[in-house]
Amino acid sequence: MATASPPQPAQDSETSRPVRRPASTSPVRSFLQARGSGAAGDHAFAVTVMLCACSVLAVVVLVFGVLLVHSRLSLRTLGLHFFYSGDWDPVHGSFGALPFLFGTLATSAIALILAVPLALGVAVFLTEMCPLPLRTPLSFLTELLAAIPSVVYGLWAIAVLVPLVRDRIGPPLQRTLGWTGFFRGPNFGVGLLTAGIVLAIMVLPVISSITRDVMRAVPVAQREAVLALGATRWEMIRIGVLKNARAGIVGAVILGLGRALGETMAVTMVIGNHPAISQSLFAPSYTLASVIANEFAEATGDLYVSALIEIGLALFLVTIVVNGVARALVWAVTRNSATGARA
Amino acid sequence: MGVSIQVDNLNAWYGETHTLQDINLQITANSATALIGPSGCGKSTFVRCLNRMHETNPAARAEGVVRVGGIDIYRDASPVEVRRRIGMVFQRPNPFPTMSIYDNVASGLKLNGFRDRAALDEIVERSLKQAALWDEVKNDLRKKSGASLSGGQQQRLCIARALAVNPEVLLMDEPASALDPVSTSKIEDLIFQLKDEYTIVIVTHSMQQAARVAEETGFFLSGKLVEFGRTDKIFTNPSDKRTEDYITGRFG
Repeated sequence: MATASPPQPAQDSETSRPVRRPASTSPVRSFLQARGSGAAGDHAFAVTVMLCACSVLAVVVLVFGVLLVHSRLSLRTLGLHFFYSGDWDPVHGSFGALPFLFGTLATSAIALILAVPLALGVAVFLTEMCPLPLRTPLSFLTELLAAIPSVVYGLWAIAVLVPLVRDRIGPPLQRTLGWTGFFRGPNFGVGLLTAGIVLAIMVLPVISSITRDVMRAVPVAQREAVLALGATRWEMIRIGVLKNARAGIVGAVILGLGRALGETMAVTMVIGNHPAISQSLFAPSYTLASVIANEFAEATGDLYVSALIEIGLALFLVTIVVNGVARALVWAVTRNSATGARA
Repeated sequence: MGVSIQVDNLNAWYGETHTLQDINLQITANSATALIGPSGCGKSTFVRCLNRMHETNPAARAEGVVRVGGIDIYRDASPVEVRRRIGMVFQRPNPFPTMSIYDNVASGLKLNGFRDRAALDEIVERSLKQAALWDEVKNDLRKKSGASLSGGQQQRLCIARALAVNPEVLLMDEPASALDPVSTSKIEDLIFQLKDEYTIVIVTHSMQQAARVAEETGFFLSGKLVEFGRTDKIFTNPSDKRTEDYITGRFG
């Protein structure tokens, strides 16, 4: 009986004003009663945050719409040919975006191949091995890499990296790995390899700092479980930490990839800006983002402008597809542990 | 088979806090020994010193002699070698969530490079049977993740994982305190069966649990071992006033 009676007054206060309630004597009670239900404020808050969330979606849809509308001419005139033609010669009316697509994907791939192992090493060192007093300054320095404007990376690359690739890195690669076909032909220092290295440095802080956070989130109990089985430190990191953090690490790599795909300035400065597809990483190339940046201001003729906007559309779609694939990957990896992760 | 443990003048610190002070005791082989005491008395620190897990915390330090089967684990062996001989079960079940049940049990052997698949199958089955979990999971060994089991099953999985490497000593740090009464009694039955083959050291908050499973019991208070002896004597006729106060519920 004692448990059945309280809901009655509670219901009262929600549906109607507490008219039947005896006059309160305590000042705290009367103050709290005077506050009302607060439902209007809660409702306004809910609407506000929902609008915030919708605005993000609206921006994406609007960007997509604008790109689509302005590339209509090119879409209609050039059709699918645009994406499998390798010939880009706007002066003579020839528009093929394949070299840009190739350049974007190739530089991003080189960047990830170089940056992912390095970033994992940085993250493992920072979370598991670094002496405590060094941890904060080192983390700060890694994150500082992300704060440097990309044009500064470009300048550095022109001044330092281009000669380095031309004179020091290129020749030994050509000698030892020339037979693979990836390191062949004339090497002027500007090209896919240099652009890939710059991108690797730029995505390194993104990947390593997120990986570090994900690794730090792995419970101590997991590390202790592995250690108690007689694991060495490396085995503990591999089984207790990296294995548990793998979904998050994949996510970190994808974020890095997203940055690499869209990076414009630094890449434009060192890639050589030549629309060609070459197996050799020494060859100059061109990316989707670079061609827009370089040619949009000087583009003459409606079709030329429209074609460049279509390239923008392609970049937009590539990024979305890559992110979609990444999400699917993370989902596939986490699915097993998510079905029963109650611990 | 289990081995005995001899502890001489063991001291341990967390930073500046002296958490264990001059502990001396002898743990009998192939029997269960319970460690009781109020929270923060040092009993968990003590078991963590027995397999050198204590020192995995950078602020922690331990001094003294701990002989496990005659070997001084602080001087004559590396932490990794020590932990290969001494299994540990923690307070909260900590199976590896990304591994199947089978891989959880086999993890200790696999990480040490044990590759014989037929032998692995056999060991996994035997360990799960020893941990009284086999019948509940035998059809999902490779299908289900270790994290998909209930809390009590997870803890028995952790026991199977510890047993699979054939330890000489099994340390249990409040293995049932996060579990419901049914799971708790299963764990206690298990300890009762295992203690003929393994030297078991169990930290517990429950005096009933100590009385049910352990031959000998030690009472810790404020970092000191107040009393150590046969379990029935500790609970019926303790020689120290503080032990008596604790077991009669006057504090703690």
